[in-house]
Amino acid sequence: MSESLFTQLLDLACGAFLLAAVVVLWRRELAAIVRLFALQGLALAAIALLLGLHEDRWDLIVVAAGIGALRAGLLPYLIRRALATLVTDRAQGQDQAAYTHSEEVRETQPLVNVAASLLTAAALTLLAYAVARPLVELDPTPATRALPVGLAVVLIGFFVLVTRRRALAQVVGFLLLDNGITATAFLAASGVPLIVELGVSFDVLLAVLVLQLLTVRVREAFGTTDIDDLRELHD
Amino acid sequence: MNTVGYTAIVLQVGAVVAGAPLLTGLMRQTRARLEGRAGAGVLQPWRDVRKLLRKEPITPVGTGPAFRWAPPLLVATSLVLAVLVPLISTDTPVRGRADLIVVVSLLALGTLALALAGLDTGTAFGGMGASREMAIAALVEPTILMAVFALSIPAGSTNLPVIVAGAADQPARLTSPAGLLAIAALAVAVLAESGRLPVDNPATHLELTMVHEAMTLEYAGPDLALVEFGAQLRLTVLLGLLASLFAPWGIATGASLAAVLLALLLAVLKVAVLGMALAAAEVFWAKLRLFRVPELLAGSFLLALLAVTASYFLGGEGGQ
Repeated sequence: MSESLFTQLLDLACGAFLLAAVVVLWRRELAAIVRLFALQGLALAAIALLLGLHEDRWDLIVVAAGIGALRAGLLPYLIRRALATLVTDRAQGQDQAAYTHSEEVRETQPLVNVAASLLTAAALTLLAYAVARPLVELDPTPATRALPVGLAVVLIGFFVLVTRRRALAQVVGFLLLDNGITATAFLAASGVPLIVELGVSFDVLLAVLVLQLLTVRVREAFGTTDIDDLRELHD
Repeated sequence: MNTVGYTAIVLQVGAVVAGAPLLTGLMRQTRARLEGRAGAGVLQPWRDVRKLLRKEPITPVGTGPAFRWAPPLLVATSLVLAVLVPLISTDTPVRGRADLIVVVSLLALGTLALALAGLDTGTAFGGMGASREMAIAALVEPTILMAVFALSIPAGSTNLPVIVAGAADQPARLTSPAGLLAIAALAVAVLAESGRLPVDNPATHLELTMVHEAMTLEYAGPDLALVEFGAQLRLTVLLGLLASLFAPWGIATGASLAAVLLALLLAVLKVAVLGMALAAAEVFWAKLRLFRVPELLAGSFLLALLAVTASYFLGGEGGQ
């Protein structure tokens, strides 16, 4: 693969990666947010695959396949299943099914409204670029030049985590954060050793499984997945 | 060289003036066909203009110069835009003046004139429409500037013909992340600026949803014809700008008459296809709630900002 084509494709993958994170802030439907997260997983796998092809490292290509399967396939599937459980449970029991249906599967009222969070995302991206400047100057290759994208996704993930109310939106925020960290590792150092990557992946998988169970339990106990309602202690 | 340049300008302005109502007619016809109606025909906007021009000019009692001067000003700014924007040739005698900032300020001048006219009538609808239009314009102008800045960084100039010529030379610039983000941002901004569907419904006369129509409610006769013609000109020029920024293939960069004629044909084709695609898309869209519009525009501003940062940082020295 020629150098300029590699740069083009890597930039394109990084652009898609960042864009998916930003559009997560834009959309309200949890189903759309999960779809975007799956897209971002694909972009992350593409970044790993491109780096692997460029440096002729088969282990990176294997990691890319694993990341694609986990982050674009398995994790979105798990979240979607949790979402489906929330909807069907509610639809069976209640007469006001339609109303609560739209309540549970949408991020109706984030703590920061959508327009403001989009502008915050812009500020966070600029911050990431400013912070990563000295790092990029150490060794300006196409991969390190895209390093700020990983940092920006980490920051946006944090932002989603603190401003969204629905439990599942927060799970997606956590996963965005993790995607950002993985992308930063790939772009800065062409990935971590295989065994560490495996460990992290299983960690994330387990975290999502636990969070999925927790979400369903929270819904059963309190009738909502709005985390803000869980501030006070009750008997 | 100059004769060809002037010919290109004359052809461009002629095509925009003759084609603007036809484009609107084409879009309405496409929409009508997709909705299963017969439609009024592509020529209907020209017939409307003829009918309105024959009527007696009437201005409401108590309106001042702002109301009377807005329609000629709107049409005049749109015509200047039609001269400046490089739609069919980048090698014209006015190329030095076709700066991005001039183009955006001319657009803003037209918007402002119409908003002042809406306020001047003193009616509730006029004021409401003007305030809405200004709120939207304040969000749209920076987006247009940002989106074209993203494209001007690789070209190294804010001059539109230079940007277009550079993109025609190196199509790879457009497939970079910066180019794609800028396309998306500019497309949303153009929809908002020309008052098309997700932001404003051009066919509505329902009080609560009008933006553009609310400002022009008090116009009648030739003035109304001018206002509508101005709006059509703006839509055509903006779609043409979008087409030449992001699909610059076939635009004449030299001084050959054959290339200019071919470019004219291609430009007409590109704008017609864009217009039909827009009309087809509008069939499936609902108008956005007014309070959701800032969200859409903030999103497109963010895309434009990301495009600028991406073309500045990712492009770096290697991308040149």
